[in-house]
Amino acid sequence: MTDLTKLTLSSALKKLKSKEIKASELTDAHLAKIESNKDLNAFITETHDLARQQAKQADDRYAKGEAKALDGIPLGIKDLFCTKDIRTTAASKILENFIPPYESTVTQKLLDDGAVFTGKLNLDEFAMGSSNTTSYFGNVINPWKRNTGDNAQLVPGGSSGGSAAAVASGMVMAATGTDTGGSIRQPASFCGIVGIKPTYGRCSRFGIVAFSSSLDQAGAFARTTEDAALLLQSMSGFDPKDSTSVDKAVPDFSKNLTGSLKGLKVGIPKEYRVEGMPLEIENLWEKGKEWLEEEGAEVVDVSLPHTKYALPTYYIIAPAEASSNLARYDGVRYGLRAPGQDITETYEKTRAEGFGDEVMRRIMIGTYVLSAGYYDAYYIQAQKVRRLIRDDFMNAYKKCDVLLTPTAPSAAFAIGENEDDPIKMYLNDVFTVPASLAGLPGMSVPAGLDTKGLPLGLQIIGKPWDEETVLKVGNSIERAAGLSTMPVTMDGKRSAA
Amino acid sequence: MDRKTVKKVARLARLELNDSQEERLVEQLGNIMGFIETLSEVDTSSVEPLASVVDNELRLRDDKVNDGDQQEAVLKNAPETAEGYFVISKVVE
Repeated sequence: MTDLTKLTLSSALKKLKSKEIKASELTDAHLAKIESNKDLNAFITETHDLARQQAKQADDRYAKGEAKALDGIPLGIKDLFCTKDIRTTAASKILENFIPPYESTVTQKLLDDGAVFTGKLNLDEFAMGSSNTTSYFGNVINPWKRNTGDNAQLVPGGSSGGSAAAVASGMVMAATGTDTGGSIRQPASFCGIVGIKPTYGRCSRFGIVAFSSSLDQAGAFARTTEDAALLLQSMSGFDPKDSTSVDKAVPDFSKNLTGSLKGLKVGIPKEYRVEGMPLEIENLWEKGKEWLEEEGAEVVDVSLPHTKYALPTYYIIAPAEASSNLARYDGVRYGLRAPGQDITETYEKTRAEGFGDEVMRRIMIGTYVLSAGYYDAYYIQAQKVRRLIRDDFMNAYKKCDVLLTPTAPSAAFAIGENEDDPIKMYLNDVFTVPASLAGLPGMSVPAGLDTKGLPLGLQIIGKPWDEETVLKVGNSIERAAGLSTMPVTMDGKRSAA
Repeated sequence: MDRKTVKKVARLARLELNDSQEERLVEQLGNIMGFIETLSEVDTSSVEPLASVVDNELRLRDDKVNDGDQQEAVLKNAPETAEGYFVISKVVE
């Protein structure tokens, strides 16, 4: 009997349609997998009863021939998406008991398409982090292990670490994530799966707990590019409830996935060859170029001269917007309240008790750069450099259709590493942040393993609204790499086997 | 970055900090601001700030009520309520 948790989403849909499997079996298999992988701490809240009920309804629709686009597919939802009547925490103590009375637009779309929700996935607190070690609900563990026998627990990346770990270990077929500076692409790379962040404005932000509103964008995790395309399809589209959602037709993302890359120009930005980058990542990047050339693409060198300013720009804009967005957590209307002598002390105690160290650090940076006397020097200057960074991309796209880069400067590291120094942690996002600042679609695809047996991803960055080309190039790399995305644990066995 | 600045910013951000947190933040924020400082070397004299990557004009909707009358839902997650209001400590003497 096939292990249903190893199926791809697209093959599961075919089997459901042909009545070879039932949605309730598919969901039960995944719920069992969730039970046996508790040690990864991927979930904050599990909704098994709801999932079984949704699966049953899906079976009824299949029986009647009224199946929807994702009918009966077990998904995980990053716990940053508000889900009606299901606790939504943003992995923060301050929202520990928050039960939204409304549904985010993205999750509503998934429900409308018949998806099964297994629960809410762990993340860095308020999506601030690159290792999923800032969650109030504990660290998420990467299902992959080094083959060196050190048995170290590795981080899944962040902030969408629970999403990446759950998909990689077969607990769910696909998961939602959000990406502000790399929070989908970097964990996808660390966990050996596919992660796509679409163009800013493609998915509605309504009902997603806000971190940095000009950067936050929802996206999809899956084990194949085709599955990621199917999930993203359901999540995308205009929403009048989000003023930055763009009223643009959504193409059929899985329609042009395969096929020749003839005539396509792939740009290699020279500034992404950073000092101290491991040789194996450099080699993988070379290999990626060769694969695309074999498929008929032409590789061209391009320059993105302001790349080195992307991280400093990001660490002004994102904390500034965060300090403003997180001002709402005041202990009055919802969330934790820690009473003080007067209202100001109540605010101060509530926020000190409710926020973790990284969130406080970013609120402090944001408040500082927005404060009187510094606003022009920091915030306005960052917005100006942001334009230069976006212009760099637009100039590069006069010479090419898509960019190929590594996703992250390293493979997954051990829990505790990089923790002494916030800046060291921030450097994880050096290759993902520029595309975020420019609002561009980006995807990480597993392309190889390092010498310790850990997955490494390559990043494809597209023109605005051109997720189709991003997915097509990603699919090409996926086929060339021929990598199983099931994690290899220390004993050399694939954990999902 | 000094202790006084950290205290002032924490006050603006409504965050209560203890001594050891303040000390740590003096060092960490100092390092982060040093890292950010490199931006000042970019000549941006002829560059307009970019506030949004989408060229969306803010849309206007019809001036009609399309939501509301949800007192129960609005108050549902409040730490303290009474008579359909949020309750806070006294702010006016």
